[in-house]
Amino acid sequence: MSGVLADSWFMAQRHLRALLRQPAWIVVTLVQPVMWLLLFGALFKAIVELPGFGADSYADFLTPGIVVMTALFSAGWAGMGLLQDYDRGILDRFLTTPASRVSILAGPLAQQSLVTIVQSLIIVGLGLLVADASFPGGVLGVIVVIVAAILLGTAVGALSNALALIVRKEETVIATVTSLTLPLSFLSGTFMDLNLAPDWIATVAKFNPLEWAVVAGREALTAESVDWAVVGTRLGLLAALVVACFVVATRAFRSYQRSV
Amino acid sequence: MAAIEAEELVKTYPGEVRALDGVSFSVEPGTIFGLLGPNGAGKSTTVKILTTLSRPDSGRATVAGHDVLADPAAVRRAVGVVGQRNAVDGEATGRENLLLQGRLYGLRGRELTARVDDLLERFRLADAGDRFAKGYSGGMQRRLDVALGLVARPQVLFLDEPTTGLDPEVRVAMWDEIAQLAREEGLTILLTTHYLEEADQLASQLAIVDRGKVVAEGGPEQLKAELRGDTILVELDDGDGDGPAVEAALGRLDGVRDVAVEGRALRARADQGARAVPAVLAALEGAGIPVASVTVARASLDDVYLRYTGRTFEEAEESQAEPAGAGAEER
Ligand SMILES: Nc1ncnc2c1ncn2[C@@H]1O[C@H](COP(=O)(O)OP(=O)(O)O)[C@@H](O)[C@H]1O
Ligand SMILES: [Mg+2]
Repeated sequence: MSGVLADSWFMAQRHLRALLRQPAWIVVTLVQPVMWLLLFGALFKAIVELPGFGADSYADFLTPGIVVMTALFSAGWAGMGLLQDYDRGILDRFLTTPASRVSILAGPLAQQSLVTIVQSLIIVGLGLLVADASFPGGVLGVIVVIVAAILLGTAVGALSNALALIVRKEETVIATVTSLTLPLSFLSGTFMDLNLAPDWIATVAKFNPLEWAVVAGREALTAESVDWAVVGTRLGLLAALVVACFVVATRAFRSYQRSV
Repeated sequence: MAAIEAEELVKTYPGEVRALDGVSFSVEPGTIFGLLGPNGAGKSTTVKILTTLSRPDSGRATVAGHDVLADPAAVRRAVGVVGQRNAVDGEATGRENLLLQGRLYGLRGRELTARVDDLLERFRLADAGDRFAKGYSGGMQRRLDVALGLVARPQVLFLDEPTTGLDPEVRVAMWDEIAQLAREEGLTILLTTHYLEEADQLASQLAIVDRGKVVAEGGPEQLKAELRGDTILVELDDGDGDGPAVEAALGRLDGVRDVAVEGRALRARADQGARAVPAVLAALEGAGIPVASVTVARASLDDVYLRYTGRTFEEAEESQAEPAGAGAEER
């Protein structure tokens, strides 16, 4: 096991170094979420006036959702990095070393987690300063939002890697990711209190991992008195999902090796 | 015990491509073994199976005493692999590439840094070691590839077409490097190539592969000697030679065999080449086939290939250049 951890750390270093050499990338990927936060937030500011909406300020309500949605969107692209390694023969080189398969996934996912931390802090900061949100959950709340975002991102990132290993076509990965992420976002309470949404959407959302992350993050960050059972169950579900997605991804390596 | 033992390896790819059709050979420790064959013969597939990247449909193989199917982890610890294509991380420096590779094999601390310094020195990359690998020339990238394969001091090194795509001078330098490696480190090297000359120069034992099968096995000299006699090469004066007419003209000559015509090149074998020349020329003249030049040469690996497959190496390479084979091969 120590071998797996050590290998993962070495692989992570490779990706973290590459990221630190191009820090602008973190900001570029932030353009879209900031738009969501500021434009959507401004446009639907009055939505909280609806009778039955469970928050007083839309900025408070929206910010944790935008954080986890951003993690979901960037995690979707995780497989593209693996495809690049595949195209350059680097993947095959790693596969013939004694390094564990898990560590090959862990490298890019560690990089992505770091990106998620930085992006989450920026979004929370913008929420506070520009959108005038207030977060009673404080630092602990922010940590929970980030943990939820990282868990969601890791699970989806592992799946994206699995998909990339199996289809090995950039176009297919792009098409799948773009056609899934936005619907997942609208089938959750990211933008709208689900009490006011049609029943079927509220039902579907119960099975949507993005919703788990949104609920955990929103509860921890914005509730006046946090119900930790709500937070804990959602984080637990996300952790279980991470394990399941890693199992799928390591299976995908086997399928890949059968086809080369 | 053999360093590599392959028995009846079979591998098919989707679309009825039978890449390996029962490949068997064995490699003695401490030697350079050449797998020679045209594009699409199944060389890379063999390497992928022996290095645990891919699995055979049937057959078995051991490398450094470990079964590739039963104990792939042990095989991975014992081998170094240099794939057909570059596998360098261009976004990292040469040194970073080597350090990561070494760590994945469990090297740490001073042992690792000393090994990396050594390899950078030995492959003439010491000055470039701290530059990004994407800026390296093709030859430098290839040397870094080989260094990556050597970091963990493998018992068996696989080199899949190590010099394909390199300039001729760079290729010759790489040959020296490989030969030196084998001498100094006592490594077993399995090298694949589609250059006849490369196999001739470097390998002490050869397996010639064609369409997923080993068609001949032995030392280069031994293979050539088995052909007996010399090759007579005739350049015909005619735009494109009339194969059947030439074969008919020479078919009756005593001591002349394996007649093959390709374009203007006529090839035949004779026990005593120089003695057969007058008779060959007379026969061609008698059939009204004009001749531009004639040469007598010792048998080459090209002749060996022709003898066992019924086509020249060049012909085989060209038939593979067609889309069906080439596309899949390059992925
Ligand atoms: N991953 C693959 N998928 C499908 N066909 C393949 C694959 N790899 C190789 N082939 C086919 O298998 C045959 C042998 O290929 P290969 O082992 O790469 O030959 P060589 O290395 O001797 O040029 C070729 O016909 C090639 O097109
Ligand atoms: Mg090949």
